[in-house]
Parts: sequence; C-alpha cells; structure tokens
Amino acid sequence: MPIDQSLVGREFPPTDPYPVTSVKLREFADATGAAYDDKLAPPTFPIVVAFEAMNGFLADVEVDLHRIVHGEQRFAYQRPVRVGDLLTATLTVDSLRQIGGNDILGTTSLVTDVDGALVCTTKATLIHRGEDS
Amino acid sequence: MNEFEAREFRVTRTDLVRYAGASGDFNPIHWSERTATEVGLPGVIAHGMFTMALAARAVEDWAGGPGRVVEFGCKFTNPVLVPDDDQGVVIRVEGTPSAGEDGLFTIKLEVTCNGTKVLGMPKAVVRG
Repeated sequence: MPIDQSLVGREFPPTDPYPVTSVKLREFADATGAAYDDKLAPPTFPIVVAFEAMNGFLADVEVDLHRIVHGEQRFAYQRPVRVGDLLTATLTVDSLRQIGGNDILGTTSLVTDVDGALVCTTKATLIHRGEDS
Repeated sequence: MNEFEAREFRVTRTDLVRYAGASGDFNPIHWSERTATEVGLPGVIAHGMFTMALAARAVEDWAGGPGRVVEFGCKFTNPVLVPDDDQGVVIRVEGTPSAGEDGLFTIKLEVTCNGTKVLGMPKAVVRG
C-alpha cells in the first residue's frame, strides 16, 4: 500500500534522550574499524539516534523496516557528538513521490542536545519497496 | 596538503552483524538471505551506513583526527552484496581533496566494490 501524501510536512515526536557513553563509542568504532576516541564520536554516529527517529516514524505509518532501502544520506554538523551528550532526534517528512510501485521519502532529522541546541542535521532518502516491486 | 591514500576494507557477514548491533539497524536485509530475496534484492547487502562509515574512517584518517568533518553525504547507488563466506568483499575508498575557503577542505570520494561505484557523489567537507 503506498504511503499517504498527507504525511509531507509532518513532524514526528522527538526520540527519548540518548546518552552518549564512551562504551557506546568504542562499540561503534570497533564495528566500523574507526580509531576509537574517548571523547568524540565518528562522523556517522548520529545515525544511531536518527535511526531511532526513523523507526518511530515507520511504526507510526505501519511500514515494515525490511521494505526500506536507504537511498541517500547527508549530515551537516554544528559540532561533533561528544561523550556525555544527551541527544534527541526529531524527524520531519520533507517529500514523498511514487516511482514504479516504490515510495521515495525525503526526511530530515534534527539531532539536538539537552539544551535544545542543534548538533547535527541529518537528511535521509528512504525507498519503500512496494509489495510488487 | 596531504595526499589521500586509497584504503581497502574487507567486509564479511560478521562485520554486518556487528554493525547491526552497534548501530541499532537490525533490518534483516543485512543478515537474512530469505528476507533480502523476498523484497527483491539479489542477496544480503551491507548497510549503506556501514559503507559510509568506512568512507568516513578514510576521511578522518586523512584529516588527522576526529571531530573535523563539517559535512558528509552520499547516495547509495549500488548495493554491496556480501556473500556468506569467509572472504566477503572488499570496499575501496579513494579521495581527491581540494582546499576551499575559511580553512575548509572538500574531499570528493570514490567508493567502489569489485570495480563498481557503490556510493553516488560521496563528498566530505572537513576543517583543516
């Protein structure tokens, strides 16, 4: 079932605050082979909170994660993510178009810290593969 | 300006499982052949974000440390198929840095697997 066009412009509730710990940074660095730094996160780390926001969004619109393929990802950083940060991601649907039975969703998730200051803007294009594609 | 040294990273199914755990992305298309083929993929594919993380690793190494990336983006143009064996696949990251204004450098990347570009227009902007 295609995703409804009325979603465009909708902002979803922020994710629960996510505490960035050195243990988590080590786990993420180990998994990606990055040099572990005990204070600063690797550049793609904000995806951890952005992904939570996406999961909340998918549950809300009743789309299965396994039908989603990542089409594009952009990060713009105000500052690096640091150990001790308490991060929240808020997802907005920017665009939606249907091509060949697939939904192409443009989303923006703003990652903010405990003071509400912007840490990172993440933009993702998600391809929702239709049942018949 | 330092030369951007080409890097190669071997990726196996084990790496995908480890990345799933670390990132929280448990989409079964990254570990289940059955689910991947069911949704029309040729087989289990790497997380696009995993490939992007490998590219980021090469970028940070070039920049000389963490916390210097200002912008980073790409399209996921071709899936990285990861076979269920010990060899996996090799992802190659090459980059061409150029100096811009305000002490920023732009690195145009080329990320390939078996000679095929897997990321579309990958680009990073880093602070010098």
